[in-house]
Amino acid sequence: MPGAIYAEGLVKTFGDVRALDGVDLDVPEGTVLGLLGPNGAGKTTAVRCLTTLLRPDSGKAVVAGIDVLRQPNEVRRSIGLSGQFAAVDEYLTGRENLQMVGQLYQMKGRAAKARAAELLDQFHLSEAADRPTKTYSGGMRRRLDLAAALVVSPPVMFMDEPTTGLDPRNRQELWEVIKQLVAGGTTLLLTTQYLEEADHLAHDIAVVDHGRVIARGTSDQLKARTGGERVEVVVHERDHMTTAAEVLAGFGKGSTTVEEHTRKLTVPVTGGAKLLAEVIRELDVRGIEIDDIGLRRPTLDDVFLSLTGHVAEAKDEANGSADDAGHEQEKEAAK
Amino acid sequence: MSAATDTTPVTAPANRIGQSVRDSLVIARRNLIRMTRIPEMVLFGVIQPVMFVVLFTYVFGGSMKIGNTTDADVYKDFLMAGIFAQTVTFATAGSAAGIADDMQKGLVDRFRSLPMARGAVLTGRTVADLVQTAITLLVLAIVALIVGWRTGSADPTSAGEILAGFALLLLLGYAFTWIGALIGLSVRTPEAATSGGIIWLFPVTFISNAFVDSSQMTPWLRHIAEWNPFSATVQACRELFGNPGVVQSDAWPMQHPVWASLIWSVLIIAVFRTLAVRKYRSAAS
Repeated sequence: MPGAIYAEGLVKTFGDVRALDGVDLDVPEGTVLGLLGPNGAGKTTAVRCLTTLLRPDSGKAVVAGIDVLRQPNEVRRSIGLSGQFAAVDEYLTGRENLQMVGQLYQMKGRAAKARAAELLDQFHLSEAADRPTKTYSGGMRRRLDLAAALVVSPPVMFMDEPTTGLDPRNRQELWEVIKQLVAGGTTLLLTTQYLEEADHLAHDIAVVDHGRVIARGTSDQLKARTGGERVEVVVHERDHMTTAAEVLAGFGKGSTTVEEHTRKLTVPVTGGAKLLAEVIRELDVRGIEIDDIGLRRPTLDDVFLSLTGHVAEAKDEANGSADDAGHEQEKEAAK
Repeated sequence: MSAATDTTPVTAPANRIGQSVRDSLVIARRNLIRMTRIPEMVLFGVIQPVMFVVLFTYVFGGSMKIGNTTDADVYKDFLMAGIFAQTVTFATAGSAAGIADDMQKGLVDRFRSLPMARGAVLTGRTVADLVQTAITLLVLAIVALIVGWRTGSADPTSAGEILAGFALLLLLGYAFTWIGALIGLSVRTPEAATSGGIIWLFPVTFISNAFVDSSQMTPWLRHIAEWNPFSATVQACRELFGNPGVVQSDAWPMQHPVWASLIWSVLIIAVFRTLAVRKYRSAAS
């Protein structure tokens, strides 16, 4: 039986760009799927297709048991969407925003009012409830946006980069809110470029790059694919690199990676902290001065690197404009 | 999630028109609330046409030939129908900017993900803009009376006819806000929407009978002016207000301006509402 969110072979092109190149997803009811990928990978396009905002060129999508392409309006009754922007009216108060959304979900006026009050309380916005949201902090606005997506307690939720642009404290707060939500049985699809976020919130992770799901599994499964822990050494002098590599080879369980320009050597190991101490001793005996040494456990960053051949983090600056371009293309195509 | 409130949405309304009206009103109310929170926008909307009234009356008055006279008082009575009509069409820019702003802020995405009537976001916007246009028009009419505009100055008129004139003006304004809605959905930023919503209105409102006697234009320009949808409403208002300068012409819209004005406005609404709603459905923010 397909899950609460199910997609098969979703394709969406904007001009020459295949924003989605055959995406398959299956999110069991009550679980969280983290859609992880750099800017421009197709995460937002996938969410837009699943939330009826964009019609895919081909493929199949079923949300909450309803065919997205055939019955979009039925789907809209069963989903909540919290987008990349905090999509609230900045001149309306928090309360007015939530009431409006309630009414547009076809709730009766009084019910919409009661629900708004309830959500404002739940999201710690009661004090600011009657102020225009223009005066809210970024974190408050995100919370209100999330509250707006929850007005009808939809069984299926979509969050497109819910914490992008938030400071660490606000991010933590929002994570707590999301965890509570999921504990209540909501099925959630969450996109993020923060590997830590996916690790933290998602049961399953689908790594997306260039419009395709290139890997999926639990956080642990994905980490296992990158291998275990590694020792990383930065030597002080370039001349010492060859000797250091010999030392590391003696302890390693695989080949040593050498980065000339950063004087960094990395080798996969087993044995943890005890082994690290031995490595340090051995390097000392050989008279190799080191700037830095550490035991690294694989992060999702490593997973991403090993899967895609490029670092996920680099996108923030480098691919930022490329994503804008992709987004622009989407606009163009929509015309 | 607490379940203290019954959050089950009302089941699919049997009456689609009912839902459409309800949703449009929810959006219209939202836009009107915004208006009260940004009063300066309404204020500037009023100041601009008032400035036009004063400038045209005192700068152009006395040198413009209407019929056989260049009397400044005649020009004043002639001018007002033109200024009123221009004012209502300038609401286009406000609609365009409002919609573009909603797109940019992601609100259109939110609305499109809700189970609401498809045209309601745009209808709610244009209805709220109509309210603003009516307020502006009211203030403007008062200012016009203060500077000396009088109905029935050339031909007799009645209260009913005067009201009919204002109704035609509001209908024209409403029609033009649908053009604005389409512009707003087609550009990337509210800034572009503001200028895109207004620049083309200058030729439309100036190549017309609004500010000069179009029968004195060179023939080809005169034909454009006489068939300009905008001119029909101006001509209709002059007739209904009993003001001077009604164009004598064989062109059908000039001979039957009230009908022409109605037909043009309804046609504009029909065409641009269809285009705008279609565009909205595939809008990408």
